[in-house]
Amino acid sequence: MAGSGTRVPVIKTYKIYIDGKFPRTESGRSIALEDSDNAVIANVCRGSRKDFRNAVVAARKAFDPWSDTSAYLRGQILYRIAEMLEGRREQFVAELTLQGVSRRMAKKEVDASIDRLIYYAGWSDKYQQIFSAVNPVSSSHFNFSVLEPTGVVSILAPNESSLLGLVSNVAPVIVGGNTCVVLASEKSPLCAVSFAEVLHASDVPGGVVNILTGYREELTGQFASHMDVNAIVYCDGGSDVAKSVQEKAAENIKRVISRVDEDWSVDAAQSPYLIKQTQETKTTWHPIGS
Amino acid sequence: MSTEPTKLAFNDGWQYAPARESTDHFSIAAQHELFINGEFIAPESGRYFETINPATEEIISSVALASAADVDRAVKAARKAYKGAWSKMSGADRGKYIFRIARILQERAREFATIESMDGGKPIRESRDIDIPLAAAHFFYNAGWADKLEYAFPGRRPKSLGVAGQVIPWNFPLLMAAWKIAPALACGNTVVLKPAETTPLTALKLAEVILEAGLPPGVVNIVTGAGETGAAIVNHPDVDKVAFTGSTEVGRIIQRSLAGTGKKYTLELGGKAANIIFADAAIDQAVEGIVNGIFFNQGHVCCAGSRLFVQESVADEVIRKLKDRMETLIVGDPLDKNTDIGAINSAAQLETIQSYLKIGQEEGAEMYQSSCRLPDRGYWCRPTIFTGASQSNRIVQEEIFGPVLAIQTFRTLEEGLTKANNTPYGLSGGVWTDKGSKIFKMTRKIRAGVIWANTFNKFDPTSPFGGYKESGVGREGGLHGLDAYLKLEV
Repeated sequence: MAGSGTRVPVIKTYKIYIDGKFPRTESGRSIALEDSDNAVIANVCRGSRKDFRNAVVAARKAFDPWSDTSAYLRGQILYRIAEMLEGRREQFVAELTLQGVSRRMAKKEVDASIDRLIYYAGWSDKYQQIFSAVNPVSSSHFNFSVLEPTGVVSILAPNESSLLGLVSNVAPVIVGGNTCVVLASEKSPLCAVSFAEVLHASDVPGGVVNILTGYREELTGQFASHMDVNAIVYCDGGSDVAKSVQEKAAENIKRVISRVDEDWSVDAAQSPYLIKQTQETKTTWHPIGS
Repeated sequence: MSTEPTKLAFNDGWQYAPARESTDHFSIAAQHELFINGEFIAPESGRYFETINPATEEIISSVALASAADVDRAVKAARKAYKGAWSKMSGADRGKYIFRIARILQERAREFATIESMDGGKPIRESRDIDIPLAAAHFFYNAGWADKLEYAFPGRRPKSLGVAGQVIPWNFPLLMAAWKIAPALACGNTVVLKPAETTPLTALKLAEVILEAGLPPGVVNIVTGAGETGAAIVNHPDVDKVAFTGSTEVGRIIQRSLAGTGKKYTLELGGKAANIIFADAAIDQAVEGIVNGIFFNQGHVCCAGSRLFVQESVADEVIRKLKDRMETLIVGDPLDKNTDIGAINSAAQLETIQSYLKIGQEEGAEMYQSSCRLPDRGYWCRPTIFTGASQSNRIVQEEIFGPVLAIQTFRTLEEGLTKANNTPYGLSGGVWTDKGSKIFKMTRKIRAGVIWANTFNKFDPTSPFGGYKESGVGREGGLHGLDAYLKLEV
């Protein structure tokens, strides 16, 4: 082999994830992501409002088949995501350390992310049994209430805990049959893009999870106001953000779920009640008679 | 043999003599005050408004108009009661007070039913058989939860929220008050409730019941007024939870105004329910279901089956039978036990309904109304259907809140489903078929919170109620309705 003998590494392009594909942002813009020495690590996409709208279209299209998927299969797919993430542990640890997390903490975060997926995989065919009811109405009717997914959920993933926070918010949404559009951590977006690759390799149908990178300030309004989004989850910001998100969400009576300042590393950060937050209760009546 | 199908002719041979509910067994005060801190007190402004009987246009009583200052007094009383007796009381004792309310309501049921029909215009048959017994049942059901809440939320410790501010509509005045107050109290909260300005009387009668039941002062406060009074409750900084039932338009304003406050809220908003009739349905029963779906309570029902979808092959038959059945409906005096459809709740609502009748015809749908005679005074609307309506028509897309049905047809299940779900609302839905698997397919796929299969407009305190999409947030009733009045601690 000619040359000096040191191989020139191939540098990864970090793109967004919409409808099971990895396009660049339609806006053609990028954000230069720097490490602590101000060296450019990557040029990540500066996602636009148009990207978001495209992602919502994909998520809406994916909603019907995904919500029809059996609980057993959704559980297996979440388990498969965990398997794929386990196989790529080193890559995620490296990305986290590249973005300033200590190696020890990075390992902990990746392990916790895998375990969280297993946790929610196991809930897929159980949360309905916890939260459903047969209601003893006094008339001659059979009456029962079950949970159904709310629909398309927009998620502003936490800025800190860029992998575990993302996984902790996406898993309860999709295990319940919703589809989602996620805005990755602005500060540390790399793991979100690599997580999209994990999803892509895990039999998650295209459009079920869509992941954008970009600026909070530019995109939060659209995440909150879009008329075909049924619920919004947000994880950062003070009362001004909370106010602005809910004001815009009111346009189509979105469910607004605040998970600000959660410590995603603890066991208390996982619960079937998080699944329930993006579920609707449906009650069905039928007469009893001949 | 004639090919003409047999006409349903119920009226031949049936004459109904008037059977008017008596009003001599109770009295209605000429003036009503606010109920704050266990006392009936005059509004700070000294202002009153009139509540009228929509069937006669006569003034029944004048009612205190609560200002922001009055609301503040009510919230302070509720806070004091919360910090004092109510939050320290055991669940079992709290439950006993709520049971008492249920019992007294049952004892005074006829008085409540009659006043409800006088103040709101609904037929006595409905207020007597549905509104009042269901209101009592809501108190009875929720009373039993007061000392059992920890069983409802596995892995969590339920805690009360504090003061609940509640704003209710005019279509089921006492029943809505019960839906709101009973779970709030069972969960250990205190309440400031505002009934609608056109139907305040039964809520104020309920205040008497609450006094009679001996609840500590301030646990329930009832303030009367219109939108401004409601806004003062919603926006009061010391209210921890807001519960609203009403239009989506107002719900949107409330959700916006609560932004950034951290207050918990439930919204029960508008609807435009699809009632879907398949060719294999029991048609005569389905026709009864259509009538009950849209003409119950003059169509002043957020979950009314106001969009009818009929499978094409039976559309002619269904519409003919529906028209025959409509001819038999008696519209008139709400206090007459024969009456099927009472008075429209207010002049303003009648005007809204009439504007939609005009819009529907201008949009090209064909209007049909029954030929019944209407009383000379009062606010009335004949049962009305529109055939040949299309998806984009305003009478199909917008909530009319009156006895007005928009009818469309469909061929395949998928077409019916797509049309049914083509709405920003998602409160309720109906499906009529004799095939079980089709019922489950439809009831799963209709995006709405309450689905009636081979029935319609049924309610029960054990059964959660509430909407998908723009029909609201949260559930009321049943175990699921408790969530709205609690915080769940780990």
